Amino acid sequence: MLGPIAQNLVFGILVGALYGLAAVGLSMVFGVTKFLNVAHGELLMLGGYASFWAFTLLGVDPFLSFPSTILFLVIIGVVLYKVLFSRMVKLPEELKIRNTLLIGFGLSLILQNLALRLWTADDRGVTTAYSGWAITLLGVRLPIVRLASLGIALVCLLALHLFLRRTYTGKAIRATVQDWEAAAVMGIDIHKVYLLSFVLGVALAGIAGTLVSVGYSIEPSMGLHWTLKALIVMVLGGLGSIMGTFVGGIVLGVTESAASYLIPGGGTYREVVGLVLFVLVLILRPQGLFGAKER
Amino acid sequence: MLLAFLALLPVVLKNDSIINLAILVLLYVMLSSSWNILGGYTGQTNLGHAAFFGLGSLATRLLWISGWPLALSLLAGGFVAVVLALLIGFPAFRLRGVYFAIGTLALGQILFVTVGNVLPQISALPAKYLASYELLPRYYLFLGLAVLIVGVASVLVHSRLGLGMMAVREEEDAAESLGISALRHKLLALCASAFLAGLTGGAFAFYHVGYYPQFPFAPVWTFDAMMMAYIGGTGTIEGPIIGALFYVVVKELLALKLVEFHLIIFGILFILVVLFLPGGFVEAWKRVRKALARQLKSFQSRPSP
Repeated sequence: MLGPIAQNLVFGILVGALYGLAAVGLSMVFGVTKFLNVAHGELLMLGGYASFWAFTLLGVDPFLSFPSTILFLVIIGVVLYKVLFSRMVKLPEELKIRNTLLIGFGLSLILQNLALRLWTADDRGVTTAYSGWAITLLGVRLPIVRLASLGIALVCLLALHLFLRRTYTGKAIRATVQDWEAAAVMGIDIHKVYLLSFVLGVALAGIAGTLVSVGYSIEPSMGLHWTLKALIVMVLGGLGSIMGTFVGGIVLGVTESAASYLIPGGGTYREVVGLVLFVLVLILRPQGLFGAKER
Repeated sequence: MLLAFLALLPVVLKNDSIINLAILVLLYVMLSSSWNILGGYTGQTNLGHAAFFGLGSLATRLLWISGWPLALSLLAGGFVAVVLALLIGFPAFRLRGVYFAIGTLALGQILFVTVGNVLPQISALPAKYLASYELLPRYYLFLGLAVLIVGVASVLVHSRLGLGMMAVREEEDAAESLGISALRHKLLALCASAFLAGLTGGAFAFYHVGYYPQFPFAPVWTFDAMMMAYIGGTGTIEGPIIGALFYVVVKELLALKLVEFHLIIFGILFILVVLFLPGGFVEAWKRVRKALARQLKSFQSRPSP
């Protein structure tokens, strides 16, 4: 009798981990550089397609092709930053956010249609030999692939957390978040920090995309869906806290699952629940669950 | 002049596909101009514009099919959109800048998904309407509404309210300090934008024989309208018109070659405009004219040999 509820909860947590990972990527970019890259979902999609190609063209297991996927996305990130976003660095914050929002839209349009040309509109996914395996714990079925995704997400976040807290570069990034002008005066190369943060965010999106391609499916129009999820979780968790953002992802995942289970016919309203939650948080508690109250 | 040309177009060219193309251009002109009132002149990026378009189309379609006269159905569509605008305006305008943008994006998505769930079946014209379907009156409806919407936008922005809206766009806090109520102007712009988008939706509902009620709520309508306004030039009256025309022309030119390639080109152009030419084609044209005028002057002031 606890079975379906627990199962529901677990699936919510598992998908929430991916939401959290995607959101942390976006948060890395937005938190540090104040670029609101709404093409984040499309970059996630590119990560998924990269692992798809590695699997179908070269036969490489998706969990092993992470390095190449990350490299691919790092290159894309560097190119995008140098060509597009670096011009926005010196703008005042409001203009910076708005312009990057617009650039992100143009970019998402381009990437969406490129994906359409390259991979057609069919749903794609990576199905390995072990894709259907699951372990059953206390009556709850845990698919191996999604468990691994949760594990990888946690590892990435831990690594990121340690990087930001324990390394000099991480400290430089945090200093830039607090006050980029002061950081510049202190001798921190802002452009390097921005580039690094942007690329980190893009790489995280790529990792999340790979996990989505293995555990779920990818198709050219998924970008907006994932960008929205990342945005929602970023706002829900609050800027400035990686673990907080991740928890926000779990919260969204569980809320969606619970709502689709409890509301009759609720499966179709799954997305709406998240969006309504988002709007409520925006209006009532804009700093999110764990963010610092900045306004 | 241009209006006469447009008015006589279907009489001269009895080509249905050209008339349909013209209707598409007019539709985008209307959608883009209505977005421009809030987005271009008041500086509030509304990413949920499709909600007004969709709601207007939904209301008009339901009323018209159930027997209401067309004019009333259209007006009802507009008013329903305004009701939504007022409902979401008060909470939404508590959000500044980018938070308003993503908040409206979320609201638009909520409506999109909800309508798709509540009304999943296609809306088809009943036999009696289908039999009496004529393209020409629909063309003239679109033309008339487009003229109306551009006209309303023009009158609005040249009025004192328009100045207030632009003041809010430039520097909201400074405007407030001068006694311009930012909230009032934003709400007004939102309602005007919503009403006109609702009318556009109504025309859309009148024009299409069959479509899914969810379709006009799709975010693509907002993004297309927004990009046309930017490429043409936000904050101008001609901008959305130029953008709409450009979009449809490019799409048709490329339609035979690579499908959807026009969107990639559009995306690139959009990015170029945002990066280098914030005033769009209108600004580009102004710059060219200025450069030419300067050249002419330097020719004239050169001493004769």
